[in-house]
Amino acid sequence: MTEQLLKVEGLKKYFPIKSGLFGRVNNYVKAVDDVSFSVKEGETLGIVGESGCGKSTTGRMLMRLLEPTEGTVTFDGQVLTSLSPGEMRKARRDIQMVFQDPYASLNPRHTIEKILMEPLNVHDIGDPKERKKKVHEFLEIVGLSSYHAKRYPHQFSGGQRQRIGIARALMTNPKLIIADEPVSALDVSIQAQVLNLMQDLQKELKLTYIFIAHDLGVVRHISDRVGVMYLGNMAEMADTEDLYEKPLHPYTQALLTAVPVPDPAFKREEVVIKGDVPSPANPPSGCRFHTRCPFKMDICETTVPIFAEVEKGHSVACHLYEESRPQ
Amino acid sequence: MREREKVLDVRGLQTTFFTDDGEIPAVDNVDFHVREGEVLGIVGESGCGKSVTSLSIMGLVPSPPGKITGGEILFGNQDLTKLPEKKMREIRGNDIAMIFQEPMTSLNPLFTIGNQLQEAIKVHKRDWSKKQIHSRAVEMMKMVGLPRAEDLMKNYPHQLSGGMRQRVMIAMALLCDPKVLIADEPTTALDVTIQAQILKLIKNLNQELNTAVILITHDLGVVAETCERVVVMYAGKVVEEGPVAEIFKDPQHPYTRGLLESVPDMRFKKERLYSIPGNVPKPGSINTGCRFAPRCEFAFDRCLTENPPLYQTAEAHQTRCFLFDPKEAEKHDRTIVKS
Ligand SMILES: Nc1ncnc2c1ncn2[C@@H]1O[C@H](COP(=O)(O)OP(=O)(O)OP(=O)(O)O)[C@@H](O)[C@H]1O
Ligand SMILES: Nc1ncnc2c1ncn2[C@@H]1O[C@H](COP(=O)(O)OP(=O)(O)O)[C@@H](O)[C@H]1O
Ligand code: SF4
Ligand code: SF4
Ligand SMILES: [Mg+2]
Ligand SMILES: [Mg+2]
Repeated sequence: MTEQLLKVEGLKKYFPIKSGLFGRVNNYVKAVDDVSFSVKEGETLGIVGESGCGKSTTGRMLMRLLEPTEGTVTFDGQVLTSLSPGEMRKARRDIQMVFQDPYASLNPRHTIEKILMEPLNVHDIGDPKERKKKVHEFLEIVGLSSYHAKRYPHQFSGGQRQRIGIARALMTNPKLIIADEPVSALDVSIQAQVLNLMQDLQKELKLTYIFIAHDLGVVRHISDRVGVMYLGNMAEMADTEDLYEKPLHPYTQALLTAVPVPDPAFKREEVVIKGDVPSPANPPSGCRFHTRCPFKMDICETTVPIFAEVEKGHSVACHLYEESRPQ
Repeated sequence: MREREKVLDVRGLQTTFFTDDGEIPAVDNVDFHVREGEVLGIVGESGCGKSVTSLSIMGLVPSPPGKITGGEILFGNQDLTKLPEKKMREIRGNDIAMIFQEPMTSLNPLFTIGNQLQEAIKVHKRDWSKKQIHSRAVEMMKMVGLPRAEDLMKNYPHQLSGGMRQRVMIAMALLCDPKVLIADEPTTALDVTIQAQILKLIKNLNQELNTAVILITHDLGVVAETCERVVVMYAGKVVEEGPVAEIFKDPQHPYTRGLLESVPDMRFKKERLYSIPGNVPKPGSINTGCRFAPRCEFAFDRCLTENPPLYQTAEAHQTRCFLFDPKEAEKHDRTIVKS
């Protein structure tokens, strides 16, 4: 169980900003800027953060749906970032993605059967008869009757479409599933169904999840460990309980107090964070959070805090904890 | 304490869409009211009729295919459903204002923020000088917490962040001191830290200006934090209504209870989420019996044939469920079984 399945080191993605007549590159959006973490086999790592902080970009780079500008991704002993395109295609059999908008990610002109069959064709798994059998089997596994196979995506509700999206990801028996906001577009009652399904599948099929979301309640519910991103950086990462009960980074603290709680008797602390997230094309110097941080010190404006362990399994990038680090 | 006056009283509202697929009763016999200075929440899942309710109040139901087919919306001594469009336009500008989920679509991308704010003021204060209008615009921007008001006036909508655009929309909505502010999912498109700022702003303005607010949302956390009273809608109907403190402590309708059990709570880990089986029905797809019956674990024979009325279950608390019919209450166990 403690085996590292995925290791990410110094991952970066800079998107060029072109301008002028000749499309000259005059700046970069630093969407992901030096992010490192690892994922253990069988666990769920949650990644949270506000819109535009680089969650999806990180997720897509892990599978090389987007080429990293820098950094390495090692999966199951294989350095994905140095594979040829052909080798990478093979490796994708073990890593699959589930997206936020199940409708946009399913071809509207194909039957569910055809959609689910495709990954099997791509990876050349089984003969036509076995493929068909597998489609029906997985439809049942995600809680849809197999008679749905002949229908089209628009004939399903949002929650059912997300079940189809999950079934498609499972077809190749992957080890790792990267789910990017898989329940964000769903109603609360449907969201609970899909979260329960994902938990059941994880147990049954021994899956490892990277669960990207902006809803802190959902992430607490599903994750064993959680990473908090801010403006392309990893601000903090810890076991779920530690992170929610003992957040260290001022941004995590602010984020947690900002969430409205479904209990009118609960009086939360006043939220101290002000202003908006700055542009990732022109991020603040030093600590990227310094423009909004209530604890800002002089050093924060000039020096980038390193992301490192403060306690066992609890890492944070903040100058407030520089002293308390094990040397 | 004197009971605050009802500023808006919706009675038996019915709004129907006449489409190729037949009649869709999006809002079906809905009753609620809001009192001066109160924040009323309307909560429910997508498609339950929240937005159509607010568009009905504003006289903005797209027509065709939509039409108010019954009921009344009383504002003072006028029934808004009977007013001609010209009169309604005056009410929209002066007495009842609305803000929407995506502020970008309600701002004109071709004009500066200052331009749009000042135009809006001009419509209501035709006799004001340029200077008066300008300083009122600056004042409003400061009131909604926009920094560098003078500079921002020269910006175009796309140059502002989502949270800033929502502040501009709130400023516009408050220009003429409306008696009622309808906010339809005002923070759904925003990040949590920005949502916290906007909700605080709405609450402060409600307290300072005594504006009645109708806050429409699908987020139970937002309701718990911002509203005094809440109306829970399901498939075009009000299924429960009462004070927020009561509904969260003692939810009665099986749908409300299911919803509250299904949300993950940020403060602790629930072992397994309760989940309401099945899907949210399309309005019009269930016409006989209780609309929640196909998903309700308490449903019994009567639920399939009769429409439950609203039962008064406490002083200000009402529930549309047969379990609360005094004749039935004894016979049924209302404990939720968690699978
Ligand atoms: N193809 C692209 N070209 C240029 N910039 C991009 C591109 N894709 C993403 N970005 C920028 O990179 C940053 C990170 O984007 P990303 O989609 O990873 O954010 P996110 O954390 O997933 O946000 P959300 O919560 O809104 O999904 C944003 O500033 C975004 O505008
Ligand atoms: N312009 C329209 N034409 C046809 N049906 C509509 C239209 N607008 C809304 N509806 C239907 O009315 C119902 C309620 O919608 P709405 O009030 O927007 O829900 P919500 O509670 O999510 O705001 C939905 O079933 C929707 O499909
Ligand atoms: S490094 Fe400084 S600015 Fe950044 S979070 Fe820590 S205290 Fe705040
Ligand atoms: S009336 Fe019947 S079906 Fe409807 S909510 Fe009550 S018990 Fe359930
Ligand atoms: Mg994203
Ligand atoms: Mg709506």
